[in-house]
Amino acid sequence: MAGRTIKLDYLARVEGEGAFKVVVRNGKVKSAELRLFEPPRFFEAFLRGRAYSEAPDITARICGICPVAYQMAAVHAMEKILGIKIDPQVRLLRRLLYCGEWIESHVLHIYMLHAPDFLGYDSAIHMAKDHGDLVRRALEFKKIGNDVMNTVGGREIHPINVRVGGFYKVPRKADLAPLAERLKWAREAALDTVKLVATFDFPDNERDYEFVSLRHPNEYPLNEGRVVSSKGLDIPVEDYDKHFEEVHVAHSTALQSQIRERGTYFVGPMARFALNYDKLTPLAQQAAREAGLGKVCNNPFKSIIVRAVETVYAVEEALRLIAAYEPPARPYVEAPVRAGVGCHATEAPRGLIYHNYQIADDGAIMSARIVPPTAQNQPTIEKDLTAYVGQWLALDDKALQYRCEQAIRNYDPCISCSTHFLKLDVDRG
Amino acid sequence: MAKKPRLAVWKFASCDGCQLSLLDCEDELLAVAGAVDIAYFPEATRGEVSGHYDVSLVEGSVTTEHDAERIKEVRERSKILVTIGACATAGGIQALKNFADVKQYISVVYAHPEYIHTLATSTAIAEHVPVDFELRGCPISKKQLVELVSALLAGRKPVTPPHSVCVECKLKGNVCVMVAHGTPCLGPVTHAGCNALCPSFDRGCFGCYGPQEAPNAASLSGELAKLGLDEKALRHLYSTFNVNAEDFRKEYERHGG
Repeated sequence: MAGRTIKLDYLARVEGEGAFKVVVRNGKVKSAELRLFEPPRFFEAFLRGRAYSEAPDITARICGICPVAYQMAAVHAMEKILGIKIDPQVRLLRRLLYCGEWIESHVLHIYMLHAPDFLGYDSAIHMAKDHGDLVRRALEFKKIGNDVMNTVGGREIHPINVRVGGFYKVPRKADLAPLAERLKWAREAALDTVKLVATFDFPDNERDYEFVSLRHPNEYPLNEGRVVSSKGLDIPVEDYDKHFEEVHVAHSTALQSQIRERGTYFVGPMARFALNYDKLTPLAQQAAREAGLGKVCNNPFKSIIVRAVETVYAVEEALRLIAAYEPPARPYVEAPVRAGVGCHATEAPRGLIYHNYQIADDGAIMSARIVPPTAQNQPTIEKDLTAYVGQWLALDDKALQYRCEQAIRNYDPCISCSTHFLKLDVDRG
Repeated sequence: MAKKPRLAVWKFASCDGCQLSLLDCEDELLAVAGAVDIAYFPEATRGEVSGHYDVSLVEGSVTTEHDAERIKEVRERSKILVTIGACATAGGIQALKNFADVKQYISVVYAHPEYIHTLATSTAIAEHVPVDFELRGCPISKKQLVELVSALLAGRKPVTPPHSVCVECKLKGNVCVMVAHGTPCLGPVTHAGCNALCPSFDRGCFGCYGPQEAPNAASLSGELAKLGLDEKALRHLYSTFNVNAEDFRKEYERHGG
């Protein structure tokens, strides 16, 4: 067979709208394209002229799966501009809120979007017919993440309680206590999840990736840290634009990020794990070891194990935070408005997210730039397809298409994070 | 046994949050999945059943020519079409482009404007095809979603009260944030459904559920001005996720939007 074209017009079990096409000629991959045809929504344009204080509520609407990631990046960037130092307990609550989002998003991806690939079902709902208890436990686990978000943020999708300077209202210690009891159950569920996904059958596909994530001296990164990479990058967030650039190219369907010096890179759980293994809790490290992971994992199909290890960490961290919580004297701090430029990066469940704002002396946003994780991973996903499809050519078309889908779902791509995503015509010449 | 109703979930321009609400119904999801045949729901399943659907849930707004055609096909293939969330019922936050120069918007975000194909507007599904029922909210309420599905399965009309958030505050026993604390609040003109979430968190309502039935927004704006909101602040308050819902749009435009 001289030529084969494997394509899928609508990717399932990803957040948003995407498709892919791989062209094979004479046994070699000629091209691999991940097309993201989510309609553009122009957040960065309509943020101009809005009040700085509106950024967390507006940018949350970029993504219903990881709204906290957008809210956190926005409030920290604005606080830098205004010179606001938040209360340590507010910092703790934000970290707790983010743990809730990690649990909710990771469990959604592991069980509802990704595990069906390995267990051979179309969906978790189909999977429930044979594995009812497993799916019910997964839903309960996910619900605990959502309830952490409900308690701290007001609701799980587009939380309403986050503001520049802190929160509108902070919980009492007693509000968090019932969560702790359920999180103890979740710790067992997380450990069981690691054990389960470690038994899946993984194709042997590894590449030499440049991993990029935040790194913080004292903790596994969520809300702050330096931007580091597995090839030696170590910069403050303020230098992000010196080292990273976004390119709008005709053959792709998104603004693609790259490191100016070296090209494509990889963000998300595998990157955080590789660069922050020493900051995981002993229990999370032990779970990783028992699942057969080294300190670095280069096989994106095994990202499901890394994601599960991160749920162990997020549950344990949430328990630690709840135990340490004392309500702050005031839920938020305010500061006089002043003009300035500020940027910040946090770790969304699917990887590093970067926001950059300029505001005027009346607090109006002059410019906004948002780099979501999937825009950064998209070139790496295409390179994975190019590199790996050649090894899968013995599969028939249907199996090969399925394998390609899995290779994309490894990244938990969130196509709705649509700030940069667009439909465009591809000129095939 | 009667055949199970066939359910489809569709996405247009949106953040995915409203269809995620279905997966977030952790306690009810498997019961719902047992009562219906989930025939099309690409966010959750690879499986796809072609043909016609008894109920289609539609998330998102129409922003491209392709989607303007696609919604017609969805309508043709659906016995009952329900729009879920502010994007589908009003055009969403992306409808802010309706009040701006789209060419300029494109050039702000993209280096090569010639690659972008988008309509000048973001519009509600009901502006393109007849809609049988709508669930408000940014995002929708899980409780209302479960009520909707239960009602459709039972062949009755869903109960989603069209009164304002104010009524929910009174039912909940909340102290009025506007009267007691002078906090600007859209509750008096905003459709119920969130169970007065923001006032319960010491925050004024910011209109996620869009206008209630027959609101008196002009009167509220007068009170908000007394609390110190200038024209720009009033414009911002009415121009978020439901800016293209008629009553909010009119009030936005009345203040210079």
